[in-house]
Amino acid sequence: MKITVDQDKCCGAGTCVLLAPDVFDQRDEDGIVVLLDAEPPAELHPLVREAASVCPAAAISVSS
Amino acid sequence: MSEVDELPRFPFPADAALEPPAEWAQLRSKCPVAHVKLASGDVAALLTRHEDVRNVLSDPRFTRPTPGDDAARIADSEGGGIYNSDMAEVIPQHGEAHLTWRRGIGKWFTAKRMNALRPGIAVMAEQLIDEMVAKGAPADLKASLGFPLPVWVICDMLGVPDTDRDRFSHWSDTMLSMTRYSAAEMKAAEQEFWRYMAAHIAAKREQPGDDLLSALITDPEPMSDRTLIATGIGLLIAGHETTANMITKMVAMLLSDRSRWEQLLADPSLVRTAVEESLRLDANLGVGLARYLTEEIEIGGVVLPAGTTAMCGMAAANRDEDAFERASEMDLSRSPNPHLAFGAGAHACLGQPLARTELQVVLEVLLRRLPSLDLAVDVEDLRRVEGLVVGGLVELPVRW
Repeated sequence: MKITVDQDKCCGAGTCVLLAPDVFDQRDEDGIVVLLDAEPPAELHPLVREAASVCPAAAISVSS
Repeated sequence: MSEVDELPRFPFPADAALEPPAEWAQLRSKCPVAHVKLASGDVAALLTRHEDVRNVLSDPRFTRPTPGDDAARIADSEGGGIYNSDMAEVIPQHGEAHLTWRRGIGKWFTAKRMNALRPGIAVMAEQLIDEMVAKGAPADLKASLGFPLPVWVICDMLGVPDTDRDRFSHWSDTMLSMTRYSAAEMKAAEQEFWRYMAAHIAAKREQPGDDLLSALITDPEPMSDRTLIATGIGLLIAGHETTANMITKMVAMLLSDRSRWEQLLADPSLVRTAVEESLRLDANLGVGLARYLTEEIEIGGVVLPAGTTAMCGMAAANRDEDAFERASEMDLSRSPNPHLAFGAGAHACLGQPLARTELQVVLEVLLRRLPSLDLAVDVEDLRRVEGLVVGGLVELPVRW
């Protein structure tokens, strides 16, 4: 799994960080997404897929 | 009769408080872009499909109507409702200015900050439940827990005394009126709230505290006073009205079929997905979000000309069979759950991580403290709040 995030699209809702805090974080200064782990271990894949699917700004892309 | 008189009046009436009006399913399948008449008598295009609602809400070209637009008015009063208030003009809605405003506030609502609030919210929920239990059953869960909890949280974040909560509540109900209050009452509420927040911000300027408004005031690039006041009012309204209603509706939905409550008691790890499913199936989300179309667009084969007001029916979209399997069923383990209860795109609800945190914590504490919780009235006797742009239940009588 390879994850990319689009910081220009991100609206800082923090949905991904609530779901997968080991993979996503938010910048302290404005809440915009930071990718901590672009290739997370398999056990996190379901949560990452969920984060991509529910992101309100469609700012997370996942390729396998 | 003119053509406008023949249009269906929106929002649609529904018989049962927790159930959707029949029109939603009919429109989704037969007329996904439907012209409807609002409380004001103005015409809007109602969208009910998940894909259409998400696309319009995410479209960077369009935002909520501002007073200068010739948009359909939401309320039946002369003023036209919340989108037409003076306040609606103050907070920037477009492009770079909106982004700067949003990011300045957004850092206060990060997931990390919300997780740090969890223990405090749990303690407050415990205390409110203790007080409710001490008074004895039956109790109104809305007045005892659903309303005071989110008010306390947002007041604490803003550094505003939560003892003033009855005043905030009155002002925000009035400002969010669709058919309940007159234009004069709405204007008066806005002015009183404005004066209250202006005085509060002046006091914070003298003596800054450890709160969001103080931080915005002392920022090296501070907002104008008008923007600060409108932001404070907006956060206070959004921070209590919606979540207070949602706590109550969520518990009502979970108790209306008690096998749901029992499923959660047996497996509390379902709390997170149960909260999302409650948000998805909420039939009383409110009137929806309006978008003013500044240019022509085509939605599902229908061309909407520039100047159209689109009403995005998120609650109808959340029951779209094309987006959710077994969409009308409440599945407490549904995942992923891309519901639109918080909107979508650049204007999606800023406070959604706070709302999620509050809803999850309240549910965890209720399951632990009051496992025997049950409705104290028949579900048919629950009554919905009428006449406001936000939806909710009047009260939620419970026993345990």
